[in-house]
Parts: sequence; C-alpha cells; structure tokens
Amino acid sequence: MLLSVDHVTRYFYDQPVRAVVQSHRLTPSVFEGQKVLDWQVTVTDGLPGGAFRDGAGDRVQGWSVQGPLTEIEVRVTGRVETFDLAGVLRGHRESVSPLCYLDDTMPTRADTALVELARNAMGEEATLAAAHRLSDAVADAIRWTPGVTEACTTAAEALALGEGVCQDHAHALIAVARASGLPARYVSGYLMSGSEGATGDAAHAWAEIWIEGLGWVGFDPTNRCCPDDRYIRLGSGMDAQEAAPIRGVARGAGQESLDVSVAVQLAEQ
Amino acid sequence: MLSRTADNLYWLARYMERAETAARLLEVGARISLIPSAHGYRNEWDSLLLAAGTAHAFAQKYKDPVQRNIESHLFFDLDNPTSVASCIGSARENARIVRTALTTQVWDAINTAFQELRQLERLPRSEVDLSRMTDWTMRHAAQVRGAIDATQLRNDGWDFLKLGYALERADNTARLIDVKYYVLLPQLEFVGSELDNYQWTTLLRAMSSHRAFHWAYGGDVTAKKIAHFLILNPQCPRSLITCIESANQHLDRLSRGYGRATDAQSQGRKLLAGLSELHTDDVFDEGLHEFLTRFIGENGNLGAAVHDSYLSGDIR
Amino acid sequence: MTGYFNEMYDGASVRPPYARLGDWVNAMPAELRQMKQAEAEALFRRIGITFAVYGEGGDPDRLIPFDMFPRVFTGAEWARLDRGVKQRARALNAFLVDVYGRGEIVRAGRIPARLVYQNDAYEKAVAGIVPPKGVYSHIVGIDLVRTGPDEFFVLEDNCRTPSGVSYMLENREIMMRMFPALFRENRIAPVENYPEILRRTLASVAPKKCNGEPTVVILTPGHFNSAYYEHSFLADLMGVELVEGQDLFVEGEFVWMRTTEGPRRVDVIYRRIDDAFIDPLCFRPDSMLGVPGLMDVYRSGGVSICSAPGAGVADDKAVYTYVPEMIRFYLGEEPILNNVPTWQCSKADDLKYVLEHLAELVVKEVHGSGGYGMLVGPKSTAAQVAAFRERLIADPGNYIAQPTLALSTTPTFVEEGIAPRHVDLRPYCLVGERVELVPGGLTRVALTEGSLVVNSSQGGGVKDTWVLAE
Repeated sequence: MLLSVDHVTRYFYDQPVRAVVQSHRLTPSVFEGQKVLDWQVTVTDGLPGGAFRDGAGDRVQGWSVQGPLTEIEVRVTGRVETFDLAGVLRGHRESVSPLCYLDDTMPTRADTALVELARNAMGEEATLAAAHRLSDAVADAIRWTPGVTEACTTAAEALALGEGVCQDHAHALIAVARASGLPARYVSGYLMSGSEGATGDAAHAWAEIWIEGLGWVGFDPTNRCCPDDRYIRLGSGMDAQEAAPIRGVARGAGQESLDVSVAVQLAEQ
Repeated sequence: MLSRTADNLYWLARYMERAETAARLLEVGARISLIPSAHGYRNEWDSLLLAAGTAHAFAQKYKDPVQRNIESHLFFDLDNPTSVASCIGSARENARIVRTALTTQVWDAINTAFQELRQLERLPRSEVDLSRMTDWTMRHAAQVRGAIDATQLRNDGWDFLKLGYALERADNTARLIDVKYYVLLPQLEFVGSELDNYQWTTLLRAMSSHRAFHWAYGGDVTAKKIAHFLILNPQCPRSLITCIESANQHLDRLSRGYGRATDAQSQGRKLLAGLSELHTDDVFDEGLHEFLTRFIGENGNLGAAVHDSYLSGDIR
Repeated sequence: MTGYFNEMYDGASVRPPYARLGDWVNAMPAELRQMKQAEAEALFRRIGITFAVYGEGGDPDRLIPFDMFPRVFTGAEWARLDRGVKQRARALNAFLVDVYGRGEIVRAGRIPARLVYQNDAYEKAVAGIVPPKGVYSHIVGIDLVRTGPDEFFVLEDNCRTPSGVSYMLENREIMMRMFPALFRENRIAPVENYPEILRRTLASVAPKKCNGEPTVVILTPGHFNSAYYEHSFLADLMGVELVEGQDLFVEGEFVWMRTTEGPRRVDVIYRRIDDAFIDPLCFRPDSMLGVPGLMDVYRSGGVSICSAPGAGVADDKAVYTYVPEMIRFYLGEEPILNNVPTWQCSKADDLKYVLEHLAELVVKEVHGSGGYGMLVGPKSTAAQVAAFRERLIADPGNYIAQPTLALSTTPTFVEEGIAPRHVDLRPYCLVGERVELVPGGLTRVALTEGSLVVNSSQGGGVKDTWVLAE
C-alpha cells in the first residue's frame, strides 16, 4: 500500500518564550514492512540538531528554536510504501536487549486487576497465541471511547474505568505482557483510519511483544489486529512518554497549548 | 565569564552596600529622634521606614515604631530583606557560590562578618546598642570593600563587583537624601530653621561626610550646598555623580575588554551626561523629591540594562 | 586489638614505612599536638572545606574530622595497588562498552543477562553508543581495605561520580603547611598534580566534532549540594567553569554556556549530577537540574559527558561480584586485587547461609551508599539483628552480605593520646586516552574505638595518605 502522511503540530504560547528545544522520533522505522519514498520534517525557524539512530533502532533528531516566539509549527509530510507482515517487525536493526523491556514504568505498572487479567488470558506458555489472547483480553476489558481518559492516565486506571483510547490499550497490553514475563513496549506511528473501518486517530499507538523465535510482534488491541500495511511505525519506548514522536521543552513562563492535525491517505500512484 | 558568576559578584556587592545603608538609615533615625520636633520622635521613625520602603512590613510585624523595634527590624530581622542581617547573609551566600572567583582575603572578610553576625544575634539585646550595630556594619563593609580593592584581579569579575557597588550606592544615596524630604514635607515653615539644619547635618554624619562637607564648602549648612555635595560634587565619594561616573568607568572597561558595547553603556553615558549638565537650582526647580524619584528610576533602568546585557545569559 | 593488622607496629617493632613517624610522634608534646589540631581545623574552616551529611540536616558547615597522623604505604606496596586499581578500571570500562554494545560477556554466559539489562542503572537510551576513546567511567574510585601485609580487598567500585578527592588534596596541603619538616625527611610522592591530570583526561575524551582546545566544564546540581565545595574546588584547580544546568543550553548540534560575552560552546561536561537529572527530554521530565536536549547532542557526538550516562551499571553491588570475571574475560588476566567474598541474598542458597550467620556478617543494600541501611552483625545487638532479619526476608533481592573484615588499623590521634583505629582507602583512577593513578587517595578512619564503619556520615574522619618514593 502506498500511504501519504501530512501531520501538522502547532504549539502556541500565551507569552513569548525564550527558546524551544525538541527531540523528534518522526522518521519511519527501517524494516521490511515499510519503504520510505520521500519524507520531510520542518520546524518553523528551527535549527536542526544532531541526528542519530538509537539502540532501539529509532531515528532521533534534535531541534532548537531561538525565541522570543509565541508559535511554532512542526510539519511532517511524506510517502511510504507499506507491506503486511502480520505484525512481525522483520529486518529491524536494533541493539537493545529485549530484557530491558521487562521493567514497569508508572503508566504501565500492573495492579492486582491487571495481574488477574494477565493470568486469566495467558495460559501456560509464552507463545504467539498467548500474546494474541492478552491483546484480545485488553480489547474486551477496555472499550474504545475517546475523551474519557487523559495523557497521564495509567493502565490500571483505564482498566478500572473500562474505557480508553489507543494509548490506554497499549499501556494495558504492555502491563499484562510484562506481568506475564513477556518483554513489551509502546509503539507510536500512523494509521490509515476511516474508510477501511479502522478505529482511532490517524496518529496512532499500539504495543509490541517479544516472542522468542519471532522477535518483536505488534499488537493493536484498539483494532483487534496486528499492524498491517495500513500502519506506519515511527518509534518505540517503555511507555507513551518515552515513545512520543515529539518531546519538547520551552524555556520561559508562557503556557503551552497545541493543535494537531494528521491525515494519512492512500497516495496517488 | 559565566553570566551567573557575574550576577553573583554583582549582587554580592549590592548586598554589602545595602547592608551599610540599612545601618546608616538607623543612625539617621536615631540622631534625628534625639531632638524634639513638631510631631514628637515617632514621626521621624515613620519617615525613615517609608524611605527604607519597609513601612508596611514593619507595621504588620511590630506595630509600635519605637527605636528598639526599628533596630530589630533594620538590623536583625531576617523577614526584612533589607535588614543588615539579611543583606550580609545574602552577600555571603552569593560569595559562597562564586567562592573560587574571590580571593581568600575577600572571602575571609565576608565570611568573618557573617560568622560574627551569628554571634551578635545570640547576645542579649541589652548588650548590643545602636552605635555598636552601626559601627560594626561600617567596619565590616569597609573591610570587604578594602579586600576587594586590594586583592581582586582587575578582570571583568572586578568590574561587575564595582558596578554592583556603584549602582547600589547611587540608589541608596538618593534614598537617604529623600528621607529629608519625608521629614520636611508637612512642615514648610521649618525650612532654613535650626531643626532643618540639624537634620541636614545628621544626614551628612550618617554618610560619614560631615567633615568633608565643611572642608569643601565652609560656612553655614544649607540645603543647596548639601544637595550639591551629595548629588553633583564629584569629590564626594557617595554623590550620585561619583557613583554614575564609577559605573561608566567599569562599563567602559567591559566594552573594551569584550570588544563590544551594549545598551548598558549608552544608558550609562546618558545618565552621566544628564548629571554633568545639572545645576543645584535645576534640582530644586524640579523639586528635590521629584528629582530623586526620577533618578532612582533611571538608575534602576541602568541596572536592568546591565542585567539584560551581561547577567541574564541571554546576550548573543 | 589482636586479630587486626596494625600498619605501623609489628609487635613491638615499627614497620619500615612508619619508621620516621615514630620519632615525630614521640617528639611532639600533647600541648603542641592540640595546638596543631586546632590550627588544622582553623585552616579547613578558612578554606571553606565542609561536608554536609546528606539528609541529616544540622550544621551545613560541619567539618569532617581530620586526623593528623598520616597513613603510609611503601613504594612497593603501592606499585601493586596501582596495577590492581588500573586493571580494575580498565575491565569496568570494557564491561560498559560491551554491555551497551554486543553484550559478549552476557552471550558467553559469564554474567546473568538479568543482572545487566534489568538493572536500574542500565540506561537503554545509550545502547549502541561508544563514547570517545571507549570510556564510560573516567573517574573510578575503588574502595579498598587491608587485612594483612599483602592482603587487600576491593570493597566496592564507584564508576559514576566518586567524591572525596578534594579531601585527598586538602589533607596533603594542610599537612605540608603544618609539618614541612616531615616532608623533608620522608620522600613522599606528590598528589597535587591530580587536577591537571583530571583536566587532561577530560580533554582527551573530547568529541570528534570538537576542533581545537576543548572547553571543559563541571556540571554541579548547585550550591545547596553537600559536595558543592568539592565541585568548585576542582573547577578552580583545573581552571574550568563550574556550571549549573541553567547555565547551559542546547542549540543546533551543540551545547553552549551562557557567558557575559555571549554563548560559548562546551565540549566536555564533567557532571556531578545523576543520570536521571541530566536531560528532562530523555530521563526525568521534572528535572530542573539538567539541560533539555543534552542527551540528543551527546548521542549524536556533539559533546562528551563524564562519566557517561549509564556508567552506573558497572558499580552496582550485585554486578560487583562479577568484576573478577570481567578482568579474566576482557583482559585475559588474573585479578591483582581480590573481591570480598559476597553472598547474593537473591539466591536461595546464599540467603539461607546469610540468615544462619547474620550475627557474623555485614549486610548491605544493593543500591545503598554512605553506610546507611546496613547491618554490621558483630557490632549489633540481638534486637537489631532480629529487626534486620525481617527486612532481609521481606526483600532479599535488595541485599548482599559479606564477612566482617578485619580492617587494618593505623595509629590515630585520640583524646587519650594515640590509638589504633580502623581505616579504608579510596584511590581515584583516571581513565581517558591513558589510565592514570596519582600515588595516594583518601584514607577514611573510623574514629570510634572498635568501629569498622568509616563513612563520614557515621562519625568517620580522614587522613593524609602517603606513598613513599623508593
């Protein structure tokens, strides 16, 4: 599938800030499931910093913008050819040991309810089928409902609520997987939603679980599937915060507000 | 040098000078209160607190403006950021942060003042009279300044120390002169009277300028002579023009050393030019209080320009 | 004090390194000693060298007690320590490069993967990064104890930001000022070039993108930190700026510091703040101490950070057990300095042994430091041992245990005169283009009679440490 992306994030500050520094994971991962045809990231008046590929295989690029400023725009445009690998992250180069993804973090900590959920779904062996069952269990337990949870909602809170969005699904799946002894991580990316009946925004998130013999395999509880050629993978981390496509800090007293628009479409051949 | 280091040096100097002013204010108030006036002694203390800008805070904490309370407030009170104890504490903290930018002698002088102050605080108040407090403060302030002048390397750090001293002293001299305004304001009939002259003399004493004034001017003490001495006479070490000249000197050294001038230099030159062309009559035509208020504002702007150009770290 | 090795007296005779000190002490009347002690304290206060005990409150200007009786090594004794410490520092760095790279030692089964990759101190964010010259830990502090003429044990390694080196320098400075004659009579190897070697070491690991003389800075958490004195002292002696996070900012590919003349590029940061606080964009988002974007600059080769983020995984108390294995694996050598035998309470067999012998052992928290949260079995009451047993059983993975070592003693000035007190030693090994060790270190002494805890937070003092030139 040939997907085109137009992703615009605008930051507004109610008072001028002195400078903004950002760290981007906004470049599609390099693996057999996707091939970049063209890709561009621009930041208003931004000065690009050093770029590198980190141990998890993500392309990281720093940016800085000199103030005083009250607004900046980060724009991502490009086209990617995607292939359906049934969720398997084949041909992805990374050096971080999967064992690093067993520790929990605040939003992915398993409380007794999550441990219970994991135990009921997991079964005896850490197989691909068990991972599927975990993903289904999370999808069953947390109904997709936008607007009820926030960026800081934890997996435990979302489960107690029984509702949430893709971030909550991913956090909950990571929590139950790790509680079952399976390394798991958060993945951020894009999804061609809408016409194909996929749920969630075009800026999407899901989880990857380490399956011995297969490597990292993606699971998207929100759409009860494994990522296919409607998905574009950007980067990963222990949780949403670590995997965020844009992390930034503004220096100055101004309050930040933000406006995001993402369009992912089938590109004209 | 690091902007933050420059900032610490600049503020260390400002706090030392400010401590000295707090002590001088105390002395002015105590002297003036020794003679009877139309309103009794309380009025003088009130005006003094107004000049020090802490009347409100004082009223909240102590209520009665009696000498003992004022002494506590202006000397020991750590809730009053301009008390001698607060200023010396802040000066020492700034010095500790940039300990290595100071010579042992300067650190010693500041640290000794701080340690002695702690001992003073522990003494029963009956053993610490006002003249001891003011003498103590002047002595240590002089030791620190002397150590700075005698031992500090003449680099940009020295310029920031001296800038801090100059700008703070200009501000404080203006405020001390203004105390007279508050004292005199309600009683125009006293102008030129014995009381008026006594108060002016007290002011001179408080600035350790009593004898210098007589050497320079001779004859009667008049408001005009004193205003000239404290505002426009470049021989007077505390006059506004001396302070602003000194500030300009060090700003010039900085611009030469760094190979570029900033807004601070142009503001400094403008302020100095204004003072140089001024006559005593102009001051009284404008109104002493009005003139001083304007000067304090402009001097403050120069301080802000120094901050923006050197201390904030935002200069490109 | 039988059963403990006394470094000065072998029975009635004086061991050679201390030969001249016997005369020195005998010639010093009590009054002179007291005067000198007061003089030393005044000097320390004057310089401003104080130590605030972390989390204890109280007087922030407290002095660490300084004992004037020096601790002495012969050149030959030192030569062995020198080789052993450098060997260990090299192995620890090889380990760090390996575990953030291919992880050969894990693949070879020489250390459990869990211990490395699930370690709290392992920084996934720097996996795949090889810092300049392949050095993660540039200042390695090795804590050593002695139990006999030739028996030294490594108590622990400090690969992050070992503190205390300012005491090594100040102790020497003060001894030289007070007792110049001693230094004329004994040929004592100098330590005062440490700051210069440190500066050279830091400059030698400047990033590739740096051309010309690298700009080195020390990054401190601020003047409220208990080690602030040391930070400013070292910055001063090295002639480099002492910066706080707010003095630095990231722009483009580099880190800059705010100066009165505008931004100045920084090439090497000797940081004295923890990994978690370095960069809110990478680690703790609430950090006010760090520099946003610093890790991106570091990882793309725009700046060097010393010690490199992630170095802490090598000095973890559980990883410590495997250091001899690292020496064999990476260097193909036998360890010159031995580890103290250590029981991992996370292992069932070890835990069983530890619980059975609790009253004889020293039990420490895996991540603890400063002598807090530990049990010294033989020095504890039955009630203390019982209380500790509960904590140990509740969370065995958090503890390791070691035999109570018969720490050597050296003569120390005490109220009644001179008496033996237990000591340890921390030399500071510098690793950059070269591996260097100044002949000396920080000797800590337990001033309480019979005490084996030398931590300054627990009533320990410090001594000047001499290495005699051969």
